[in-house]
Amino acid sequence: MQIGTSGRMLAAPPRATAAPMAPPRTPASTGGVKHAMTLTEKILARHSGNSVLRPGDNIWTEVDKLMTHDVCGPPAFGIFQREFGENAQVWDADKIVLIPDHYIFTEDERANRNVDILRQMAHQYGIKHFYDITDKSDFRANPDYKGVCHVALAQEGHCKPGEVLFGTDSHTCNAGAFGQFASGIGNTDAGFILGTGKLLIKVPPTLRFELEGELPPYIMAKDIILQIIGEITVDGATYKAMEFTGSAIESMSMEERMTVCNMVVEAGGKNGTCPVDETTLDYVRQRTSDAFEPEFADAGASYVKTYRIDVSKLQPLVAAPHSPDNRKLASECAGTSIDRVYIGSCTGGKYEDFSAAARLLHKAGQQVKVPTFLVPATQKVWADVYGLPVAGCDGKTAAKIFEEAGCVPPAAPSCAACLGGPRDTFARLNEAETVVSTTNRNFPGRMGNKDGRIYLASPYTAAASAIAGAVADPRDYL
Amino acid sequence: MQPVLPQGAGCSGRHAAKQQLAHSFGLIKAASQRARQQTLVTRAAVSNKKPARVVRGKCFVTRDNIDTDQIIPAEHLTLVPSNPDELEQLGSFALCGLPQELYPERFIKQGEIKTEYPVVIGGNNFGCGSSREHAPVCMGASGARVVVAQSYARIFFRNCVSTGELYPCEADERLCDSLQTGDEVEVNMETNVLTNLGSGKTFGLKPLGEAAPVVDAGGIFAYARAQGMIKTAA
Repeated sequence: MQIGTSGRMLAAPPRATAAPMAPPRTPASTGGVKHAMTLTEKILARHSGNSVLRPGDNIWTEVDKLMTHDVCGPPAFGIFQREFGENAQVWDADKIVLIPDHYIFTEDERANRNVDILRQMAHQYGIKHFYDITDKSDFRANPDYKGVCHVALAQEGHCKPGEVLFGTDSHTCNAGAFGQFASGIGNTDAGFILGTGKLLIKVPPTLRFELEGELPPYIMAKDIILQIIGEITVDGATYKAMEFTGSAIESMSMEERMTVCNMVVEAGGKNGTCPVDETTLDYVRQRTSDAFEPEFADAGASYVKTYRIDVSKLQPLVAAPHSPDNRKLASECAGTSIDRVYIGSCTGGKYEDFSAAARLLHKAGQQVKVPTFLVPATQKVWADVYGLPVAGCDGKTAAKIFEEAGCVPPAAPSCAACLGGPRDTFARLNEAETVVSTTNRNFPGRMGNKDGRIYLASPYTAAASAIAGAVADPRDYL
Repeated sequence: MQPVLPQGAGCSGRHAAKQQLAHSFGLIKAASQRARQQTLVTRAAVSNKKPARVVRGKCFVTRDNIDTDQIIPAEHLTLVPSNPDELEQLGSFALCGLPQELYPERFIKQGEIKTEYPVVIGGNNFGCGSSREHAPVCMGASGARVVVAQSYARIFFRNCVSTGELYPCEADERLCDSLQTGDEVEVNMETNVLTNLGSGKTFGLKPLGEAAPVVDAGGIFAYARAQGMIKTAA
């Protein structure tokens, strides 16, 4: 079937092609280390059949997984069909993951059509990892529907240490938290992968971030990554990998590690990684029985630059309008009047983001002063927000605490207002308002209105700001 | 003085290759072809079969960190660029996310669907943000041919090359401080010189290197096919 505006699915039986034979494995990761490599170099070496790689090498890497969504999936398949032919098969149907998440709960006809095209592609090519939604009136009536792709990838067991993941979304770097190579690509590159399972890439040089010290109770992963982006700026990691290590990373949950890696692209980075440890393996093994092969950075690997950050000295931060590197102390902006608060997205809509916000609201015991919008990233996050008692909050769920504080009830999971989207998108900034948001970008117009002002912040800072009706330092309430 | 020919009239190898490819795929990118015919391209050397990487026309000047939300706001991403009519619509929204007060001159005039600026000038980190390929594609569909920036965000640069929509040129210096929207310029990617045709002042460009022939060919697939790296579509 060709993709078109009036495209109907033709009666083509689902066919999956066999996986190509794996290339011969070189013993790069065993025995004596001849040339020390970073985690990114190790993963790419194994996937390109090289024993040694250096930054700047152009390599053809094998792809373990390709993810696409409702915005970029239709054009990516359109390019695949145009270039490989109508009768071509995808390289490996089981390695493709289709996640509708961007524009779901909208009356926009083209947006709805794009989800229909994804469904047609899943049928035509026999792609089983398709998280469909057909009944938009109640997302819970769609057991397959997940929500935001990067969080769904992790929760459904698609993120695995040592693997190579590409996605048609710049925040695909989120999955680097699992010690894998994960990077965002355009539709043309995705179309190429659909046909070949390979991609030509340049090996990035690596920046190393050693995060040491104990995290203060008011500091979250979002503060750490805002600190780093403020330090190196929005193009400080362009073309580079960012390797996060140290005791602060070791002490973090997978969700917090994802928050750090998610915003690598906001510094221009190609990918980010965290080392694989028991926390990683526990998370992954609970979600998939598929085999995987972790890689580890070699001692003595060379880095472009190493940054050492004592996280115990950090203070709550915001990125002020209109750039993620416009770093300011939350206390410095305290009192800046706001119109709303938004908690959601791949970087700030995971369960721990909501439980943190709920914990602060519970401790504060006050009503929010501005509309506070909550969009759980996935159906699983939504269920946990309604089902799990928040630690130290008298057995209350996050949903209960939000209700008592006067927040807008948690909405159906999707990307929602993080990137604006169609006009009827939930919580979209349709007026020139000021918002404190746990999302990842605050460019002009990002959440809808071109004159809107977005302060990026941690869930603690967002919740504190909701109570204050102004940008606030969470230490005032915790 | 060298003759100035309308592009698409056989002066550009890139476009001949593109049309041939479009024909062989049964896919005519009518909108973008039409868009490009509106811009003027000089011919560098009559006897040289290499494509003339020279773009001449008005430039549109932007500043640092022009992100993909400003290039194409997310509400327009429902348009699928592999549909020709939707591609043309996408082009009509190119750079519409630039704030009005900072950019009172619009890249595409109200009521128009094409730009009068084949050259876009940028500062640092042009194209940062989302991986949306719609960004270079909409600029190409609007009639832009080349961006000359101080530096690029990685995914945007790659998307320019892989789609063949735009030449992503880097300048030796910060042109957004030296040029103004509406200046007539010539971007010569053969000699790596940008000339302000009004003042005669010249500026150095960094060579495009191996990216240039890929954009010439019309993108990574067309290039790979022309080089025999991949087979023609069935």
